[in-house]
Amino acid sequence: MTTTAHEIQAEAHDHGHGHAEHHGPRGILNWLTTTDHKIIGLSYTITSVIMLVIGGALAEVIRGQLANPDGHLVTMAQYNQLFTMHGSIMIYLFAGPFAFGALANIIVPIQIGAPDMAFPRLNALSYWLYLTGAITMLLGFFVTGGAANFGWVGYAPLSDAIYSPGAGADLWIGGLMLTGFSAIFTGVNICATVFYLRAPGLTLFRMPIFTWNLLVVSILILLAFPVLTAGLVMLYSDRHLGTHIYTVVGGGSPVLWQHIFWFWGHPEVYILALPFFGMVTEIIPVFSKKPVFGYKGMVFATLTIAALSLGVWAHHMFTTGVVLLPFFSIMSLLIAVPTGIKIFNWIGSMWRGQIWFSAAMLFSIGFVVTFLIGGLTGIYLASPPLDFFTHDTYFIVAHFHSVVMALVIGGMAGLYYWGPKITGYMLNERIGKAQFWLLFIGTQVFTIPQYILGLQGMPRRMAIYPNDPQWQNLNTWSSVGAIMIGISTLLFVINIVASWKKHPAGDNPWDGHTLEWFTTSPPPHHNFFRLPQIRSERPTWDHNHPDAKALAHGKDAH
Amino acid sequence: MRVEAKILLWLGLFFGIMCAVYWTWSLENAGGVMMFFGTGLCLLPGSYYYWWSRRMGPRAEDDPNATQESGAGYIDAFPGSSIFPFTLGMGAFCIVLAMVFGSWMLVPGLALVIWAALGGIAEGRRGGTR
Amino acid sequence: MELTPQTPKGAPAKSRLRRLATALALPIAGISLSGCTLPGFGAHQSDTTTGQSAYHLWQGFSVGAAIIGAFVIGLILWAVVAYRRKGDTIPKQTQYHVPLEILYTVIPVLIVIVLFVATIVTENKVLAMPKTDVSINANAFQWGWGFTYDNQNAIAVGSTTDSPVMVMPVDTDVKITLTSTDVVHGFYVRDFNFSRYALPGVDNQFTLHATKTGMFFGQCTQLCGLYHSIMYYKVKVVTQAEYQTWLSSFNTPEGKAAADAAKKVLKEQMSAHVPVKTEISRGAN
Repeated sequence: MTTTAHEIQAEAHDHGHGHAEHHGPRGILNWLTTTDHKIIGLSYTITSVIMLVIGGALAEVIRGQLANPDGHLVTMAQYNQLFTMHGSIMIYLFAGPFAFGALANIIVPIQIGAPDMAFPRLNALSYWLYLTGAITMLLGFFVTGGAANFGWVGYAPLSDAIYSPGAGADLWIGGLMLTGFSAIFTGVNICATVFYLRAPGLTLFRMPIFTWNLLVVSILILLAFPVLTAGLVMLYSDRHLGTHIYTVVGGGSPVLWQHIFWFWGHPEVYILALPFFGMVTEIIPVFSKKPVFGYKGMVFATLTIAALSLGVWAHHMFTTGVVLLPFFSIMSLLIAVPTGIKIFNWIGSMWRGQIWFSAAMLFSIGFVVTFLIGGLTGIYLASPPLDFFTHDTYFIVAHFHSVVMALVIGGMAGLYYWGPKITGYMLNERIGKAQFWLLFIGTQVFTIPQYILGLQGMPRRMAIYPNDPQWQNLNTWSSVGAIMIGISTLLFVINIVASWKKHPAGDNPWDGHTLEWFTTSPPPHHNFFRLPQIRSERPTWDHNHPDAKALAHGKDAH
Repeated sequence: MRVEAKILLWLGLFFGIMCAVYWTWSLENAGGVMMFFGTGLCLLPGSYYYWWSRRMGPRAEDDPNATQESGAGYIDAFPGSSIFPFTLGMGAFCIVLAMVFGSWMLVPGLALVIWAALGGIAEGRRGGTR
Repeated sequence: MELTPQTPKGAPAKSRLRRLATALALPIAGISLSGCTLPGFGAHQSDTTTGQSAYHLWQGFSVGAAIIGAFVIGLILWAVVAYRRKGDTIPKQTQYHVPLEILYTVIPVLIVIVLFVATIVTENKVLAMPKTDVSINANAFQWGWGFTYDNQNAIAVGSTTDSPVMVMPVDTDVKITLTSTDVVHGFYVRDFNFSRYALPGVDNQFTLHATKTGMFFGQCTQLCGLYHSIMYYKVKVVTQAEYQTWLSSFNTPEGKAAADAAKKVLKEQMSAHVPVKTEISRGAN
């Protein structure tokens, strides 16, 4: 079907009734040929949650192995594959695509009043590259020699053909290339959408924070991902084409891989985190019935994080002894400032509000607390002398699991918040709250023993460890936490089944602020039948509560 | 358009300063080169947007007092559905697998990519699927 | 914005700030006075001078983190308890409070500057390279360690099944030159509060100054392949006299022969670039 300009106009910007129900192919062919950002976003959501479950299952095996010091479950070779693929799946195939492909794809165009992404076909291509990339990486489990086993960071020269022969490593590289291109295309797409398809009156400084964060994330993707792809091409060329870029023997430099990897890897941390910051920034004000506190400060904090994130990569390399310590130390410490601003803004948004503890809000608060723990321990690691004795121990593992588990909790908040908009039906709140408490407490039970273990000197990536009763005790607690997290994920699946098409959500179940709550649930093919006048970053709220305008020092803020 | 340009230009400026400080201080080339190109990657689109923002007036989405009616008009042709992203994706998949399982996978891979490229361009010219 | 609703509304901002400052200054002054009696916050006091510097930095960071963490968690808890929904009235729609926002931008910047200065001071202590006569070369390979001593016959080599022992004198600066022959390894001794990568093609140098004799457990921390989990070694810190005795034991004919055999083993390990593909039985230790 050719969607003519006239129809778009009717759908997106006319106050009359649009007539365009989509008449494309049906069934599986519809899924294969769709260019609708909502269906693509839903495919992204489902695929990435499946990856979360696969990666989580691997994590449970890892925790099962570590519950006992002598490694009763898997061999060392299998263990190396397990944690490599656990990390790779979680970072490359779950967190990234879930952050900028799943909810972002569905929500960003609607939040800015656009009919679709700027390049719908490129958007579909992004998804197919992501899916095939995921399949490529997972194929590693089925080839001789097994999956990649050199850690998710793939440090050269361990990832070279000499030390890691076999197809699993090549499949890991290939899968990363595909998902890398997928990310780059999504970045281009979101930038173009935000720059060119905003509704009239929706200036940049009236965009919801979630969209703002996705814009910044897209810029970071465009800066970072090409570096990773180039690094992977060089790694492949080292493995098979006889070059010596990362090997000493031919005059190359192993540290170069670390530079390239972390030049992508640290912006990647913010690429993962910022979308979840955005989700929480949408949710907390809505359930406090207040505007987001310090909107402009929030935007500048996001931009500052992006600006600093390009200059902090070597804090992952402090112990190499060949990087400029003071530069990376101060840059990394400084990132705490904008992050702190965000946390205070979230608290400010709740301050003197009317907080409604829905499941989404509980998850959001759980996110803030868990992220605070991960953030505070992160400050230690920005200081080289402290990094020297915590590097590559379980302290690091605990630190980044606090951070990424915060993101998982934030992602759940997003799913409970926008799920009704996407599907048109509410999720069960009671199961949601049970899930929250299990996930939140489980996360702390999981990470806190690991902090202690790290300080007691247990290195990461150990299939077996010295038989010390205290270490075993702490590891067992951590494993209990992992089981709690696993059960909470199970509860989420149960919730989807239990609330399947039960309670229709209506257009605006939460008294939302932004444009997605102005359209139907689920939105029509090109998102809007009509749009309100946009005079602030809360057009739907302004439409529903014309007397409750945002205030700055007691005066109208706009 | 002006704000978009400014964001990218400011980011580029910051990266440029950071790059200069880092490179002269550390004399380490890998990071210096990457930051240099990162600077360029911000300044290039930033200056393009800035150039455009000077040539055209503020758009309806840049005008804080715009009404919905002021945005009426042609936006773009959005294809309702298209098989070519899928074809192209499968082609790329085959090409990547050729890196691992042998160059014979290049045959279906390149065939799919060429088909998708030709079909996709033709589809774009028609303004979407029929 | 007042910190609690109980604060009198009309109170002048200045006195409120001063009260806050006194409230904050007291515990900080108390902590800095008590100095060494601070808890370790889980970290080791360490048995090297550099490790002790890092330990004190750790304490400082932990005090800061504890105060900030408690403050922020307290704010969150207060908000959650005090502002839970009590009705359907729409609360005051405050969006901006510029002085407050500036306050929580500037204070973190000041904290960061303090942390950075403390970091730099400690870093200079930890990374200092004083001139010394004791110089040990540590070679990491898949999956073991070789320790040779400059201008001495002494050597210690071992891999997975028998961990080698690096002998070093107490109360002396010991220069370690760390290299790797194959992949990236990590030199880590928990009780020294220190770790460093062994990078192929790079000579990494650092100084250890042990303050206590004893046997210390060391382990490779950077993933280096199959037997990474069991790439152990030990560091034995001995008195100066014991150290000299140990060194001279390699100068006897038997000692020389043993050293030559060990050197041959190390040379073989360092030239063997093709990794072993077989796997030892699971749970081997």
